[in-house]
Parts: sequence; C-alpha cells; structure tokens
Amino acid sequence: MLELQQIHEQALQQFATIGEEAELEQVKAKYLGREGSLTTLLKGLGKLSAAERPAAGAAINQVKQAIEAALQQRRDALQQLKLEQKLALEALDVTLPGRGLSIGGLHPVTRTLQRIEQLFHSLGFAIAQGPEIETDYYNFTALNIPQNHPARAMHDTFYIDPQHVLRTHTSPVQVRYMEDHQPPLKIISPGRVYRVDSDATHSPMFHQVEGLWVDEHISFANLKGVVQDFLQKFFEREDLRVRFRPSFFPFTEPSAEMDMSWNGGWLEIGGCGMVHPNVLQHVHIDSEKYLGFAFGLGVERLAMLRYGVNDLRLFYESDLRFLKQFN
Amino acid sequence: MKFSENWLRTWVNPALSSDELAHVLTMAGLEVEDLATVAPEFNHVVVAQVLEVVKHPNADRLNLCQVDVGEAAPITIVCGAANVSAGVKVPCARIGAVLPGNFVIKQAKVRSIESFGMLCSEKELGLAVESQGLWLLPADAPVSMNLRSYLELDDRLFTLKLTPNRSDCSGLAGISREVSALTGSFLNKLNIQINDVTYAGQLPVYVEDKVACPLYCGRLVHGVNAAAQTPDWMLRRLERSGLRGISAAVDVTNYVMLELGQPMHAFDAAQLSGAITVRHAQNGETLTLLNGQQVQLDEQVLVIADEARVLAMAGIMGGQGSGVENSTQDVFLESAFFHPDAIAGRARRFALSTDSSFRFERGVDFSATRQALERATELLLQICGGSAGEITEVQGLLPERKAILLRPARVARILGISLENRQIETLLKRLQFDFTLYGDNINYSVTPPAYRFDLSIEADLIEELARLHGYDNIPAATPQAQFSMLPYSELQRPLARLQQLLVARDYQEIVSYAFVEAQDERDLCGNDHPVALQNPIASNLAVMRSSLISGLMGALRFNLNRKQDRVRLFEIGACFAKVHEQYQQTQRFSGLAYGLAQEEQWGLANRSVDFYDIKADVEALFAPLVLRFVATPHPALHPGRSAAIYSGEQQVGWIGELHPRLQQQYAMAQPAQWFEVELTALSGAKLPQMNEISKSLPVRRDLAVLVDEAMNVQVLLDVMQQASVPYVQEIALFDVYRGKGVELGKKSLAFRVLLQDTSKTLTDAEIETSIALLIDQMQRRGARLRM
Repeated sequence: MLELQQIHEQALQQFATIGEEAELEQVKAKYLGREGSLTTLLKGLGKLSAAERPAAGAAINQVKQAIEAALQQRRDALQQLKLEQKLALEALDVTLPGRGLSIGGLHPVTRTLQRIEQLFHSLGFAIAQGPEIETDYYNFTALNIPQNHPARAMHDTFYIDPQHVLRTHTSPVQVRYMEDHQPPLKIISPGRVYRVDSDATHSPMFHQVEGLWVDEHISFANLKGVVQDFLQKFFEREDLRVRFRPSFFPFTEPSAEMDMSWNGGWLEIGGCGMVHPNVLQHVHIDSEKYLGFAFGLGVERLAMLRYGVNDLRLFYESDLRFLKQFN
Repeated sequence: MKFSENWLRTWVNPALSSDELAHVLTMAGLEVEDLATVAPEFNHVVVAQVLEVVKHPNADRLNLCQVDVGEAAPITIVCGAANVSAGVKVPCARIGAVLPGNFVIKQAKVRSIESFGMLCSEKELGLAVESQGLWLLPADAPVSMNLRSYLELDDRLFTLKLTPNRSDCSGLAGISREVSALTGSFLNKLNIQINDVTYAGQLPVYVEDKVACPLYCGRLVHGVNAAAQTPDWMLRRLERSGLRGISAAVDVTNYVMLELGQPMHAFDAAQLSGAITVRHAQNGETLTLLNGQQVQLDEQVLVIADEARVLAMAGIMGGQGSGVENSTQDVFLESAFFHPDAIAGRARRFALSTDSSFRFERGVDFSATRQALERATELLLQICGGSAGEITEVQGLLPERKAILLRPARVARILGISLENRQIETLLKRLQFDFTLYGDNINYSVTPPAYRFDLSIEADLIEELARLHGYDNIPAATPQAQFSMLPYSELQRPLARLQQLLVARDYQEIVSYAFVEAQDERDLCGNDHPVALQNPIASNLAVMRSSLISGLMGALRFNLNRKQDRVRLFEIGACFAKVHEQYQQTQRFSGLAYGLAQEEQWGLANRSVDFYDIKADVEALFAPLVLRFVATPHPALHPGRSAAIYSGEQQVGWIGELHPRLQQQYAMAQPAQWFEVELTALSGAKLPQMNEISKSLPVRRDLAVLVDEAMNVQVLLDVMQQASVPYVQEIALFDVYRGKGVELGKKSLAFRVLLQDTSKTLTDAEIETSIALLIDQMQRRGARLRM
C-alpha cells in the first residue's frame, strides 16, 4: 500500500502548485479519470483474495475521498482568488467627491423666525398674518394712536397715500385678529415692517414678531415669565435674565421695554405691556373680564446676537458669502 | 431733555452717585440715554491774575509774567500766548498739575529762566478743539479758586429720552419731583414770588378759541435794558441744556421753560399794534418765522396776532419783526397754555420741531402758567431792570382731571402681585396724587395732578404704582391657563416645507427690500404704474415691487460682481399692486438660477442651467399637482422661452429665460432662468385617499413619432389623454431626437405608454386596439409613426 500513500501525497503536492482552474481539472483526470492511478488501483482489487479485498478497498476509497476533498478545496481557493483579483481591480477612490447637486440654504432671518415660531408653537401660540400696506386705522388709530399723537413721530412712517402706510409694526395684526376671534387668544405674528430709517443699526425694512395672549387671568408677571422663558429657550441659556423698564406705547398700559442680560450688561430687545383697555374696547372685548399682554421682538436683533452678525445691512445685501454661512 | 446734574441737585439731592441716579431714572421709565462729563479730567488748575508782563530776555515771542495765584508772593511763568497782558484773569496750571492727554506740568527752565506753571487756553484744558491764545476769565473770577469749582466743571450732563407721555418731566421742576418720588429725598421747591406791579400799562388780550387756548397770561415790563448781559450762572445752565445764549430777555424765557417746563415768548411792545388776539390763522396768511422760514398758514394753525399782522405760530415759534432787540424798552411777556390737540402735528406739518412745540403737543402744566410768568418777570427785572405791569389773564375751560377709581384687586390681577392698601397709599403719596378711600374701605378715588396728561384710566394709575414699586420687583410667573391643542390642517402645506424643498434643490434664500426702483418695475415687469411711496428713503427705493424679479436680479448682479459664477436664489415675499382703488398684496415664491446646472465636478459634463431645469424645480414645488405651461411673452423674458404657468384654469405664475436685451444690460455672460408663482397656489394640498392597487402587471409600449419642429409636445399629450383610450394609465414623453435619420425641420418624439386593467391581464388584441387609437389621435395632428 506504499503506492497508495505516494499517490495521495503526490496529488496533494500537485494540486497546491496549480494556479488555473482548467489545469486543475486536467490533473484531476490523472488520479480519478478512467485511466487515473487510483482507478487503476481499484481495478486491481479483483486480483486480491476475498479476505484482503475489503481492507484494501476501504483504504483506496479513503484516499479517493481525501483527494476529491483536496481537489474541491483547491477549486474553491482558486475561485476565491479570482474573485479577489476582480474586486481589487474594481476598487474606487472613495475620497473622490460625491457627484450631483449641492445643497442651498435658508436666510438667517427665516432660520430665526422658524425657531421663534417653533418655540411659541410649543406653548400653543397660533400664527397670524396681516397686510404690509396697512390702513392708518389699523396701524395707528385702532392701537390708540390718534391723528397728531406725538407717538406717531416715533414711528418714521412710510406713506403710500394719506390713508395707507407701510406698517410700522406688527401690532395691527393684534387688532385684525381680535376682530375675528374671541378670547382666549394666543397668537404670534411674525412679519416685515417698515420705518424711514437707514444706517448700520437701522434698516428701512426689518422683521418683528408680535405676541398676544388674551385670557381671564393673564398678568404682567406672566408677560415677564413668557418672555423670559422664550429668551432662555431661544438662546439655550438658562442663566439669561429679562429686565423690564417702564416705557410708553399707546396700545399697552402698563408698558415696558424688555432688556435681556448679555455679556455682563443689558440689551434692549423689544417693547411690551398689558393690552390697553381702549384697544380691547375697539374690538369689542370686555376689558373688565379679559386681560391680555402683547410684546414685539426685533427678529434681526435676535439673529444678530445668536449668530454674531455685526452689521444689520448684511441681511439684505444677498451676499452669498454671508448667506452660505448659515446653511 | 438735557440738563446739568448740579442744577438738578439744587432742587433735590439724593444720596446717590451720578451713575446711580441715572439708573434710578432709567428704571423708572425716564431713560437716561447719555450721561456726559462737562470737561475732561485735569487738576491743580486755579484762577490766576497776571500782574506784570515783560519780554523774555532770550526769546522774542515769549513773555515773563508775574502771576498772582493767591499766595503771598506772585510766581513767575513764561508764557508764549499773544493775548497775555497785565490785569487779565486766566486759568493757571500749577506745578504737578495733570492736564488732558496726561500732560504733567513740571518746574522747568525756559530759555534759562525758571517757569513755575502754565497759563492755559481752553484747548489745553480740553474744552475746545481750537482756541486763540489764553482763556480770558471774567474780571470777577476769584483768584486762587480751583477752576473746576469756579466753573462747575465736575458737573455732569444728563440726557433723558422722554417718552411722549412724560411731558411733565420736560423741566427741572418735574424731574426733581420725580426724583423725589423715586428716592424719597426732600424736594426743594422753587419759591416763586409775586412781583409788585409798578407800571400802569397793560395790553388787551382776546382769545377767540378758548378750547385751543384755555389760558393766556401776558404782561408788559416797562423800561428794561434789553442789552444787559445774561449772568454767567444762567448762561451756563442754558448751555448745559443745549441752548445758546441769545439776549437777556430770550434767555430768561428759555430759562423758565427749562425750570418749569412752560414755554414762553417775549415780544418787543413797540413793534405791536393794538390788542393781542389768539386765533386760528386765515387761509393764505403768511408769517416769516424767527428761523427765516416763510410759512403759508391756514385755519388749522393757531396764531398770536395783533391788530396788524400775525406775530407768532402759537406754541411753536415766534415771527420776525416782533421779538426783543437790544434797543427794546418795553417787553410783552407771554405765558400761555395751548391745548395739545391745537398744537399736535402742526410743527411737523411745517417740518419744524421746537422746544416749545415739543412741550405743548405733549402737555404743559397749566397750573403753573401764571407762576412761570411771575418767575420770568422776577428774573427779567433782576437782569434788565424795569417795572412790571398788571398781568392780563384770559381763561377758558381748562382740562379737567377726573377722579379715577383704583381697585387694589384690579392692581393684583393686572400686575400679578398683590400690593396692600398701605403700600398703595404710600406710593400714591410719594407721587403727590390726591386720593381718598371709598366708603367700602377697599377702593380709592384718585385725582391726577394738572401736569399729568397721561393719567385718565385705572390702568394708567396701575402703571404708576408698578413703576414706583419697581418693575424689577414683579417676579416672572408662568401663566396658569386651560390648554388645548392647536388645529393642524393637512390641507395646507407648511411654508417651511416648500422652502426646504428648494434648499434641497440647491437654491439659497434671500430677503430683499420690498421697495424697488421705478425703472426696474418698467423694465422687468412692464409696470408703468407701481404703488409709489410718498416719502421714499432713496430714489432707487421709491416704489413697491409688483414682482420679486427685481430683488433677485439685484442680488444676482451683486454676487456676479463678487466673482460668483453660479448663483441660485429664491425669495418669498409680498408683491403689491393697486387694482380698482384697492391695494393687492400677494405673497409670491420666486427663484432664479444662473451658471452651471450643477457645480463643476468630475465625471459630469459642464452644462448651463436651462429652462427645463427650473421647470423641473417648479414642478417639484407643485407636485403632485400637475401644471400646464403655455408659451406666453413676458416683458423680462426671452419671447421664445417664456411661459405662463397654469394650475387648472388659473394662471399661477411665470417661467422663462431672461430676455437677451436684459442679459446684455446686466452684463451677464449667460442667460438667467427665472420663475415666480403665487404662494397660495402652492400651499393647498389634497388629503390622500387610497386607490386599489391593480393585481395585474402593467404593459409598456413605446411609440415614436415624427412631427414638425414647431409642434408642441403638449398638443400630442393632450389629444391622447383627451381620447380616454381604454386601459391607458400613463403617457409620458421620454425622448426627443433630431439628427441622423430624421429629416431637417422635423423631430422625433418618443412616448412611453403604460396599459393596465384593474382586474384582468390584457390580451395582445386589447393592447393593440388601444395603441392604434393613440396613434390615430397623433396622426390627425400630423404626426407620422416612426418604424
């Protein structure tokens, strides 16, 4: 049986040197083919005695199976190698840039407005809108600012005609909303407003957010609470404080300027107050039963503080080098 | 309102520093917008008198001065000023003095002669930008006195930003009253004396409109020396309030205005003819004002007139030719109360803003009108001499201060903090308001003083209480309320989603001004009648936009000038038009694309953005709504490359390529693509409703046809769709071909047709019948089937 042992070893050695599948199949015939050396041994079994035959047969078969297994293993290895070579050739430079459209971005004022709207929305404030060309009545008279009132001089109004102005604040929306809705009311009104003023800190067009909450138990202390809550959430700073200073707006009483703590000092960020009874009476809301607060925030101011913008005019120049910084 | 702190402290002197006082005022609603020093820092400068001046032996331009600084012996100072002479009084910086600019005065030899200090100019003390020689002080300046004390240079200047409701604080009397209420400090009220009447002359006064002028007081002061010098202390206070000295009589009226808040006027009695009348101007009357401006008056304007002419715009400004001159001997002093309604807005109409109109249109303390006249008389007699005549007083119906109900319960409800009755009473007392407790022992009846024009309802009083109590002492509190969820319609598409959609398609949002140049409206929108502003801020921002195109084009130009070669912008905003005397304001959504369709990149051929790129963007915005595009010319667009956009029967916008004429005008290398649609058309949505999905698979057939170049695809799509051919689910164009195999002037269009039945699998015969029907429809329109 020395021969059998030699055949086995020879086969294994030969398989290991073969690098092509086709060659492997040719070599396979040398052992397992019709004229193959193992086949020849099997044919020779008949010459053995009946007693020797089973053991010799088993030994040959064992080697035959081993060779077949080695063959399959080599076959698999060669296929694997081939696949690996193919994959290696297909490899990409994954560091090449991705292809296709790039992405644009929102204006920083829009970004700020969306943030403001989401925060107030979470407290149940609905959003109300109004026209930008506003009547004298809604912009002034209904807000307790009669003709010739000195407060009109504070507004630097753009006039379209004697009865129409570009709204100087978003407060007219309060009145329009209250005409159509009964308390309890809770709205914010974001939008564009206009004043005859232009320099590094004033733009003839800018954005305000008006807030209004009318209900039976709404107080000045609540106004302070809501504004403070908003500013803390907006700036994500729990240590931020709000300071109210007495001021004057014809449509609120008491009225206040809102200051916010910032870098060790105070910054003015808007006006507010309890809705003036005259304003409620204008829209037929019982001012004895209902109280309300209103506030107006400068959107650009908030955006400038939040994003470190140092010149108001940048918002309206449409300079892509500026705008893309907020994407 | 600007004033000197020292002056204020003669009225009320709380134990607070300047900064603390400013804080108290600001936190009480009288915002201190500026707190400035009178003079920069310097020290060891005293009043000195030059005794003797001799030439410096070693220098032509220098003098040796013997200077008295109040010590036993005079000191020697070398001085180069041309105006030095024996006898003058000047500021002298002593050895060790530090002048502005950290300039230290040392004992020094000047050309071998010792000098023991320096005689100063105003410039050297930082009080003037330029000065000619030494600062010559008044002859009565006390030698050796510290200059800062002598001229009150440590004084500080307060500037209050007065809100329109607080006219009561437009005089020192009111400000000090407020400071006293805020700090509890003693108020040193001005003691106004009644002047003896020693002159018999009197001018008759008639007031025609006693509602507009409820109180008029006037008096003659006879035999004055109008050329007398205004005293330094008065001039200093005037100057520190921002007023120039003019003449003694005018200075006195201005001074009393600053003191008591009562504007006054001084006439030269010799220039007046007959009685004084307060009346409305007649239409067409004219007046030349003191500032030289000539105004056309009308009956809206209240005037002071004599029997010959209009003398002054009441409460606003005097006229030329009747004011006090140096030669004036008899002065007619006027102190009146004009109702705010009679003055408000008038000054602004004539582009005027005077100290007088500022006060009258906000409200002047009519309880002090007569006192102001006495005060001015007293000062005028002191300075100019003369003798006072009887006061002529005409009184109408003065504003009434009605009692206001003040309910502590309401105070608590509005402020969100409870104030006890005792606290409320203390606050009311500090404010010097008259009040009584009602019979119910709970509520109060409060009568505001004459000088408070801003208090008429309970809320006004509550603000006063809160202000004095301190807004800071009202803690922030979370509201307690009933909550319910907000409605959230699914039939509206949120704006943020539309914005995000364009952002994802590589557009950058901009915000531009709503006012544009009239020329742009003409060129870009064909709009000759835009909504115009009466008072634009600049001529290129004079009209309201009727489209967002001009803002986008402006932004494109701005960025092209900054070497950006690919610009894709969008904007959402209101556009304006006047239609049938109504202002239309519609929100529009507009986009503009310029440059490469995609950023220059590897593996992708460079291609400029074209009509069909932005058409896809518009279609994506509206999806699933299907739009129709109808070739229509637009003033800003290439006539062969522009379309009106329709949703159903409704035109909802425009799309196209910028007109080559404008491309040239804007110096653009490539054309820009632009669209604009109505936001309302975009924001509607349908609630999705599920349709049964077919069990069978769709069958696809492709149809290629040859048509004339001029034929619009939409024509064929329409006829095929309108034919309602059975089983056809979808027809879509997927290829347009020109070139080899297609004759010139023709194009080949390839359509993909999907056929399907909801319940069964289609037979070949059914499919062929449907396809034949589609081909027939196209052939009727001149299309030829391509094999």
